[in-house]
Amino acid sequence: MTWSIDNDICIRCGGCVSVCPFGALELKDDILFNEKLCNLCGICEKACPVSAIKVKKDG
Amino acid sequence: MWNLRKSLSRICDKGEKRWLRKRVGNLRNLNGNILEKEKRKNDFMDAIIIGAGPAGSSCARRLAENGFSVKIYDRREELGIPVRCGEGLSENTQELIGKIPANCISKKIKGARIYAPNGKYLEAVLKYGGLILNRRVFDKWLAEQAVKAGVEIQKNTLITDFIKENGYYKGVRGKKIEEKAKMIVCATGAESALRKSLNIFSKLNLIDSCLQYKMSEIDIDTDFIHIYLGNEIAPRGYCWVFPKGENKANVGVGIIPGQKNAKYYLDKFISERQELKKGEIDLIEGGCVPVGGLLKDVVDDGLLLCGEAAHHVNPIHGGGIKEAIISGQLAADVISDCLNKKDVSKKALSKFNELWWEKRGNKLKKVERLRETVEKLSDNDLNDLVEVLKPEDIIEFSRGSRLIILAKALMRKPRLISLAKHLL
Repeated sequence: MTWSIDNDICIRCGGCVSVCPFGALELKDDILFNEKLCNLCGICEKACPVSAIKVKKDG
Repeated sequence: MWNLRKSLSRICDKGEKRWLRKRVGNLRNLNGNILEKEKRKNDFMDAIIIGAGPAGSSCARRLAENGFSVKIYDRREELGIPVRCGEGLSENTQELIGKIPANCISKKIKGARIYAPNGKYLEAVLKYGGLILNRRVFDKWLAEQAVKAGVEIQKNTLITDFIKENGYYKGVRGKKIEEKAKMIVCATGAESALRKSLNIFSKLNLIDSCLQYKMSEIDIDTDFIHIYLGNEIAPRGYCWVFPKGENKANVGVGIIPGQKNAKYYLDKFISERQELKKGEIDLIEGGCVPVGGLLKDVVDDGLLLCGEAAHHVNPIHGGGIKEAIISGQLAADVISDCLNKKDVSKKALSKFNELWWEKRGNKLKKVERLRETVEKLSDNDLNDLVEVLKPEDIIEFSRGSRLIILAKALMRKPRLISLAKHLL
């Protein structure tokens, strides 16, 4: 499973943080990802207005 | 020469001094030096509020005006930014917070133009007028009003956890702070990892994914806000142009996320309009708004959520500033009552659920149904509706009123009859 973010595209709006049902994301200077809390639901990927996040379920 | 403090010590007992301090603020001796507020070991703050946005500041101010000690923690170094907002507000909000100073306002507007997919529009003059704010200044002003009322605001402080004792929320924790209070208010907005730790936040809510460009050198009618509907323009949402001044505007889109992202729709929208195409993008802002899933219960023992954190947002246009202010002030009234009765249990605080639903929730529930209805309409349906509806009615629809008029208009088409029923 991979969660990745392109920090050049990310506009630091925090939308992903607000939609994550598991609190796996936090916004400081960059988006911080807590792998332990992530359930791979992919909502962050969908919610990102600039598609900076990619969630891949297969390795 | 006499010393004010010594005089007061003689004439007031402890209780009276505390009462006096709450109302007079810090006591000063004749040299104008602020005397230390007496800190007793077990004397907690009455309320800690997390977040100094419109909801937090409004709640804090009202609590302080009611005589309670309040502290707000905000994670930011500077309040009011980043702006994640179209910045529109109805003028009559001033009835709730007082006259908004000129420097908080970017532009006054007369009304709204709502554009159907074919480009035809309805123009509605707003009875109470409208404001496009400069939130960077406005939020600071709101916080200042709270400080003037006696609220303490500590910025640069991220709250990461709650303190719980015997099931009650009793305080907050951050990197270098730990503080207890009789009541905790969560006014963090929707974007907060902290909010996720609460039992209240249990279900996935419907979110609007939004992107906004602050643009200049564009050519638009600046007396109106412009709202654009259409399945190719903004599926399950809308595009907006909110004038900020001469040749300037907030240009944005909000969509329920689907195949393509918000940026795709915003860039397309701009490229298709001569008046916007040649403009400059000065700033990029974005965020997500909870536009559904109005919550029945936003309280727990010693804890209350208000503002966007509690989903107190208009489900069709995503507006949340006025809702946050109403939510914060109502929360303060309920909390004041509970603190006076020394009962901040979930049961006692549930009065907030009851009162908010009565005041706002039932109306917003209708707006939620309106959104669900409108997003199922085809572009042809939208074009036809703009032909038959009156502009004033559309404004009322977004407030959850006069929906019967829309239902009747929908029922003219047999295939929309079931939608019309859903609306009511």
